[in-house]
Amino acid sequence: MQYTLMFYLSPEEFSARTDPAKREAYWAAFMPYMKAVRDAGIFRAGAGLEPPDTATTLRLREGKRLVQDGPYADTKEQLGGLFVIEVPDLDTALDWAARYPAGPEGVVEVRPNLSASAAA
Amino acid sequence: MSENHEGERAARVHRTIEQVARDSYGRLLAFLAVRCRDVSAAEDALADAFQTALETWPRNGIPEKPEAWLLVAGRRKLIDGMRRSRIRGEAIPDLLAGTENAYEMAGESLLFPDERLKLMFVCAHPAIEAQARTPLMLQTVLGLDAARIASAFLVRPSAMGQRLTRAKSKIRVAGIRFEVPEAAQLPERLEFVLEAIYAAYGSGWDDITGADARRKGLAAEAVELARVLVQLMPDEPEPKGLLAMMLHCEARREARRTQSGSYVPLLEQDVTCWSKEMMGEAERLLCEASRRGRIGRFQLEAAIQSAHAQRARTGVTDWNAIALLYEGLVRLSPTVGALVGRAAVIAEAQGPAAGLSALELLPDAVVQTYQPYWALAGHLFKRLGRISEAQCAYSRAIGLSEEPALRRFLEAEISKSDERDSDTHLIGSSDAEGSVHHR
Repeated sequence: MQYTLMFYLSPEEFSARTDPAKREAYWAAFMPYMKAVRDAGIFRAGAGLEPPDTATTLRLREGKRLVQDGPYADTKEQLGGLFVIEVPDLDTALDWAARYPAGPEGVVEVRPNLSASAAA
Repeated sequence: MSENHEGERAARVHRTIEQVARDSYGRLLAFLAVRCRDVSAAEDALADAFQTALETWPRNGIPEKPEAWLLVAGRRKLIDGMRRSRIRGEAIPDLLAGTENAYEMAGESLLFPDERLKLMFVCAHPAIEAQARTPLMLQTVLGLDAARIASAFLVRPSAMGQRLTRAKSKIRVAGIRFEVPEAAQLPERLEFVLEAIYAAYGSGWDDITGADARRKGLAAEAVELARVLVQLMPDEPEPKGLLAMMLHCEARREARRTQSGSYVPLLEQDVTCWSKEMMGEAERLLCEASRRGRIGRFQLEAAIQSAHAQRARTGVTDWNAIALLYEGLVRLSPTVGALVGRAAVIAEAQGPAAGLSALELLPDAVVQTYQPYWALAGHLFKRLGRISEAQCAYSRAIGLSEEPALRRFLEAEISKSDERDSDTHLIGSSDAEGSVHHR
């Protein structure tokens, strides 16, 4: 089954990714994780996202585009990246989520991808 | 054949089917569910199989191995269903291979692998909504119907039905693994299973008088689940601890109320009404568990109950020993129930002022709606002669009580609270009595 791991980051974690003082430590923890996921042959897709202040949210209302600055969800932790992995079951997906080197407030949401047969 | 004959035969078929359902429902369901990784589909298939049995057995006779017959019929229904939906078709080969083997095994020895442990771990998986875990286990492992479960938990049947459906759908769609967790995860995951069984026990505990038919005993079912778990995990001490604790509490059930239905606190109970048989079994289990040398929360809870049970032999309660066990318990599992229980025992061992200091350590937010806290506070204030505070706490406890017998008991305590230094013991304001509230 395919699962998407969604990594939610605090503002501090977002800044740690690019802050010259913390950048090195952040990526030193993350890269081995990334490598382990790839080496396990389970990686299907993924992306890291720029911080939420770069987000733009669009709603279509009565045929009109309502475009707003900022992310959709108004929460402290924001989506910072995601992986799509292929593993046999939720428990294995959770094992991989648990290996993510999160900060003290790190959150990973794990969801099964909608399977192709659902649309058939 | 005469009508009479046919009637007898049908009755015999019904009896056999009921017997099989009682003895083997959980094992049959677990076997099918583990192989298709879909609890709902397995339930539907098994229900169909039972229905077919009801229709065909009176005609064709009861098969030699009824369980095996149902297993094979259930498997066939399951495969048919899957072929039709063509969803999750990848599970079909597994299902076929698995049941062919089972049929051979069943044919020979009437034994097919007992997969209930896997099912229990799935039901109590942390990815399942906490409130659904116990109902799910009762329904799948014991075959209880949703209406009965709903009434025990005081929820509308439709709401319980939805909760169960949602949980089963989560198991299927999220792809929860039907396996006993690996060693690294086992202690943590086992805790969830034990919690779920404990919650079933707690659901019947407050019904002191047995007056409320709707709440009548899931305690027996909880004990049964614990027995299954003990049988399936003979090397784990904590399931034995849980079962021992519940048996000690069960042993005292009859002594908890008078003939007229009034509530009798633990220290005022007639120990000759306690069941020696259950206490004996509990002691044996606890002894076996302790030999493993791995102490845990439920063994400590059982040990506390065991210490109370000693009163039946010695006539006295060793409060210092119980206080020591509580220290261990709150270190392992500092639940609000354990902390309040500890304060009650400290009050018995060292006096009400010490008990009150222990009680006052609990944060306000946690205890605001926790009935046993206020019952104990009322009792300790009373013993310290702080009457207006006692009355205030008692009335909060009454306001939070769900059980009429308990309410009446507390009302009587209020009216007695003018008498200073009254000797009534609180122990028994359902809390200090047992660990049943330690959630």
